[in-house]
Amino acid sequence: MENFAVLLRRPAAASIVSLIGVLVFYVFAGVELDKLFGAASWVNYAARIGIVALPVGLLMISGEIDISIGAMIPAGAMTTAIISGHYDLPIVFGILGALAIGVLVGSINGILAVRTSVPPLIITLATLVAMQGVVLAGSRLLTGSASVPLNAPDWAKTIFGNLMFGGSHQVIIVWWVILAVIFWFFMHHTKYGNWIYAIGGDKESARNAGIPVNGMTILLYIMTATAASFVGMCHSILFNSAQVSGGMNDIFNIIVSVVVGGVLLTGGFGSVAGIFVGALTFAIVNKGIDFTAIDRNWSNLIIGIMLLLAVGMNEKFRKLALSHVSKKK
Amino acid sequence: MSDKAPVLEMRNVDKSFGPIDVLHEISLKVHEGEVLCLLGDNGAGKSTLIKTLSGVHQPTRGQMMMDGQEVRFPRPRDAQEMGIATVHQFGGTYPLMSVGRNFFAGAEPTKGFGPFKVFDRQKANQIAVEEVQKMGITRITDGDRLVGGLSGGERQSLAIARAVYFGARVLILDEPTAALGVKQAAHVLRIVNEAKRRGLAVIFITHQVMHAMAVGDHFAVLIRGAIAADFRKGEKSREEIADLMAGGESMADLEANIEGYMETHDGHPPPPAH
Ligand SMILES: Nc1ncnc2c1ncn2[C@@H]1O[C@H](COP(=O)(O)OP(=O)(O)O)[C@@H](O)[C@H]1O
Ligand SMILES: [Mg+2]
Repeated sequence: MENFAVLLRRPAAASIVSLIGVLVFYVFAGVELDKLFGAASWVNYAARIGIVALPVGLLMISGEIDISIGAMIPAGAMTTAIISGHYDLPIVFGILGALAIGVLVGSINGILAVRTSVPPLIITLATLVAMQGVVLAGSRLLTGSASVPLNAPDWAKTIFGNLMFGGSHQVIIVWWVILAVIFWFFMHHTKYGNWIYAIGGDKESARNAGIPVNGMTILLYIMTATAASFVGMCHSILFNSAQVSGGMNDIFNIIVSVVVGGVLLTGGFGSVAGIFVGALTFAIVNKGIDFTAIDRNWSNLIIGIMLLLAVGMNEKFRKLALSHVSKKK
Repeated sequence: MSDKAPVLEMRNVDKSFGPIDVLHEISLKVHEGEVLCLLGDNGAGKSTLIKTLSGVHQPTRGQMMMDGQEVRFPRPRDAQEMGIATVHQFGGTYPLMSVGRNFFAGAEPTKGFGPFKVFDRQKANQIAVEEVQKMGITRITDGDRLVGGLSGGERQSLAIARAVYFGARVLILDEPTAALGVKQAAHVLRIVNEAKRRGLAVIFITHQVMHAMAVGDHFAVLIRGAIAADFRKGEKSREEIADLMAGGESMADLEANIEGYMETHDGHPPPPAH
């Protein structure tokens, strides 16, 4: 009982309750759990949004937001395909190119966010639209097409874009788990995590306490854009091609999964475990619907309801955590 | 009173934000083991003054001295490194962080080495609880507790305990009692006395005369960015200080007016003037 109460006070509580709720719902909707757990579709999708959700969650804990990630997934994919597919340069250049474009766009977002008083939603909306244009126009200009083929060597496929277990699980699942562990360590067990919480809690006080607020903010924007271009790069290697696409769905799905994961929209609260479970839950809702007889379009209704319930629960659990005083043993 | 140079001194400091002049010709000093109370109405420039002392703002003109040497604080961190700890108005704590994490925000204790330096939560919690308890807040026993669940006075005490712990020589408190009830304010005042007893120079900002009189050795009244009066403990009465803060308009006259009004209007106070 005491352990259960401890769990409820954690930022990840609502996401775990959401996950259980969604599974229960699907069982009633006729899903056979062993089939669902054996399937790859939702795990692949969880990894795709989960890798980006990790830094986006941290950025949101620091009180900022980045929607340019939607353009950065296709930008990473196109960069890799243009460099190593169209121009046939070694894949290393394609990979570095994709990461470099993430660092570049992330730096622009971050510098604008700390230097101007323009809200981050507007800044990253601008870079989102701008990057969509750059990717499409750049691809047309350089390759004459909006779809570029790529043939990556085996070693690159093994590391970034392969299927595992002789089935259809993508290797980025492994990346997701490794990155989640690294982010968990960074956020909860180093001083940098403490800085991020402090910046999101009260930016002015954090600055007065000598925390390098601007540097930290820029770093987080670089991480979000680079994580997105990394995912795009992996997909282009896996699917042997890259297409220009809007990436609008990714933006909403990633941000919803972060919020379901217990991150407070106004900053200052959240956890990496929650963000991880949030992505998992979101992916199960989104892909699990295919295991039922329900029309797949209903999944958006479920996502909407889940979002509202999760945010409501987050409020409740946060109040619990605030009022909690541990009894002296 | 002391032959040692003041720990912190301002000489003819002006501060303007673009065309807006906020501080004019401010000269102040504070010695070890002394509490300087900075009094003034809202908008007088008290917060601007202490932000200049703590490196948040740069003086437009004038000098700042520490131990008789001229100093500059380009960043808040520079002031901190010189031993000036400031608890800013409306700030200093993060409600959704634990007591331990709050206490060490920006100066986290770590263990391990290289990239594996981990935040030492246990040590942070233990020291934080110890330090706030030393300040007399015995109700805080759990370093993992979220600060948002503490009372205003406890939060303020936590912020002060933190400032004292980080080796401050000068403790600057911006209206620490403004939002507090009587009992909680009394607690904060006790902490100010404790800091003074430990030999810190304290600059205590308030617009409540009673709070100032309870702890102050030295008083300065700020009116529209200029020092209107500078005196020592016992040199002025509560009424005189209140009059000074009101900008010369006699508080006693005002009170007499109100009482007169109430007598002729069945005990109703006059309606607000504007
Ligand atoms: N950053 C700033 N830019 C422009 N004006 C400011 C700034 N900070 C304070 N002021 C002005 O300076 C005056 C004094 O403010 P403040 O120092 O906060 O007063 P107090 O703390 O005594 O209530 C106010 O009129 C305020 O509007
Ligand atoms: Mg003020």
